[in-house]
Amino acid sequence: MSFLPYALAGWIFVVGLYGVVSSRNLIHLALCLTVMQSGTYVLLLAIGYRNGTTAPIFRPSRHPAVDPVVQALTLTDIVVSVTVIALILALALGAHKESGSVNPEEIADFTG
Amino acid sequence: MSTILAFPVAVPLAGAAFVAFTDDWTPKALKEIPAMLIAAATAVFSIIILVRSERMTLVHWFGGWQPRHGLAIGVGFVADPIGAGMAALVGVLVTASLIFSWRYMTDAPRLYRVLMLVFLAGMSGFALSGDLFNMFVWFELMGVAAYALAGYMVEQLGPLQGALNFAITNTIGAYFVLFGTGLLYGHTGSLNLAQIGRTLGHHKPNGLVVVAFTLVIVGFLIKSAIVPFHLWLADAHAVAPAPVCVLFSGVMVELGLLGVARVYWTAFEGPLGPDAGDVRMLLVWMGVVTALLGAVMCFLQRHLKRLLAYSTISHAGVMLAGIGLLDGKSLGGTANLVLSHGFLKGALFFAAGVLLRQFRDVDELRLHGSGRALPVLGVLFGIAAIGLIGLPYVGSFLGHSMIDDGAAEHGHGWIAVPLMIAAGVSSGAILRAGARIFLGWGPREDPLLTPEPPEKPPEVESSLPAMVGITAVVVAIGVAFSVIPGIEDRSEHAADRFRDRHTYVQRTLFAKVQRYGPSAPALVHAAKPSSIAYGLGAGAIALVTAAFGLFRRRIPGAARTVGARWLEPAVSGLKAVHTGVVGDYVMWITVGTAVIGGIWALTLAS
Repeated sequence: MSFLPYALAGWIFVVGLYGVVSSRNLIHLALCLTVMQSGTYVLLLAIGYRNGTTAPIFRPSRHPAVDPVVQALTLTDIVVSVTVIALILALALGAHKESGSVNPEEIADFTG
Repeated sequence: MSTILAFPVAVPLAGAAFVAFTDDWTPKALKEIPAMLIAAATAVFSIIILVRSERMTLVHWFGGWQPRHGLAIGVGFVADPIGAGMAALVGVLVTASLIFSWRYMTDAPRLYRVLMLVFLAGMSGFALSGDLFNMFVWFELMGVAAYALAGYMVEQLGPLQGALNFAITNTIGAYFVLFGTGLLYGHTGSLNLAQIGRTLGHHKPNGLVVVAFTLVIVGFLIKSAIVPFHLWLADAHAVAPAPVCVLFSGVMVELGLLGVARVYWTAFEGPLGPDAGDVRMLLVWMGVVTALLGAVMCFLQRHLKRLLAYSTISHAGVMLAGIGLLDGKSLGGTANLVLSHGFLKGALFFAAGVLLRQFRDVDELRLHGSGRALPVLGVLFGIAAIGLIGLPYVGSFLGHSMIDDGAAEHGHGWIAVPLMIAAGVSSGAILRAGARIFLGWGPREDPLLTPEPPEKPPEVESSLPAMVGITAVVVAIGVAFSVIPGIEDRSEHAADRFRDRHTYVQRTLFAKVQRYGPSAPALVHAAKPSSIAYGLGAGAIALVTAAFGLFRRRIPGAARTVGARWLEPAVSGLKAVHTGVVGDYVMWITVGTAVIGGIWALTLAS
């Protein structure tokens, strides 16, 4: 198993993080969060991958398969985070309704 | 098998579905009852678990997936007195909040009740879980419910800003935890904390273990609002409905710290134990800086809920220092501090909710003197603020004194001084706000304090006596924590069990039950003279801080100009960091993570 998938996972994660830090638009920011999260998918799938194996479906015949646990984790991760992203988008929509802007700098009501 | 361990999550989750389903058909007079009963039942189950866990650690494997030959495939809940105590505190505070919110929420009250029950389930699950990925799931579940509750008043900009900043920073924290969990799974082949710890063993940690440790710990520190990850908290607490703030401050932040402690002692203590000094140094310093910075920012607020929010940051710092000392006495003290702080800070947020209901405002300066109409509430507010100082044998004293003793035992006695200053300054700021609101002392203007936008008040349909009554009950419990007979020995014993990794592994993976004798004798120990001195010192600092806040115009002119020349740049610099813009917060998170990871990579990795 090469080192590349792990480097890729880290790269996607950090690119997403950079996007969140530099974003001036909440919709864009929510998408950057999903990019970060994709980094965790790649990491999990890379951890479970084995060369020369197939999907973890053990019927009708038993054969070497990739680790099903990380796939279950990835699915759980997707489900949990969809909720969060939906909520963030809904809040962004509300912020636009109230202030006419989705720029985090322009909706900063409380400071100091 | 201890099926009862499933109840603190199953009851509120099923209850949330039940409330969502039946609320429309319930007569108006009875609408609030089911959620309250469900929360109360959850609290009772958690308390039963707490009592039973004092005799032996309880374990429950969901779906009967018990470990074989020390390999855990299923998801397990493990209840020791500290985890179960946290779940019990969560249950009791959610019940108190729901009683307080009787007719307090008039906008979409059904969603409010459902969210509170989901929040309760998420927090209880996090406190009891013995599986790292499962902790991530509960962390996200309580997170989602909390973000929605923070942004509950959707027709105002402040709550939307607070909820967005809260949601984005904490989601990144959750991804950090998940990334670290993935790395650990790849390294150890397990998600169960006991098995991770057993596999890591006492091998010298490699780079991967240190990176995973950093990511998981930082993820939890974001939730617990430790500097420099604290910026979201004040935004979220300032805008959430008061009964929700009680839970945010009283238990949610502390659950992040529980996560730090749990993960360290179950999974990482083996490999990192030989270098515990380096872990300790960083955690204690972060705690001390958080305690002091939170206290100073607390003093600079006039928005009452934001002021209390910064005081929570300060207390979270004290608690992190207590955990970071990595010994049983300090950890027991921290557990005590969490209990008394949960109730006392809860009471203060309840009082803020009553003020908002009565006077349609939570601004300290605009409320100047209005509180004279509510003398009982004023007394309760004062008692709760005094309880947080840590005066001898009052409120948070026992927690502080145990942390001080623990620190002194391994030569870090200096920690007691900054923690005393932090407790004094933050409580002094609360006392100042109380004196201005309830007694009308001090001027009506103060340029030092940050003005914030007003909040839409709740409807006056809620019952004032009931609200003040529940506040009184919560204050009474919080103040009494330092003198409950036997609590000191029991919490220290609980902390020692929490730190006993060998027994934890034997119990979880090999079902070897270790029974513990009857509880310690019901005694209140006399505190050490040094602890009493620190308590009195914190009291004096609180008095001076409150007097400075109210009466500094009486300081002679020359001294005031010199002081202002030194203080003002510092104050405006501090305020300028708290921008309210989420990108800045995430940048602080990134920088903080890099620094922490860098220090640990240099000191811990082989």
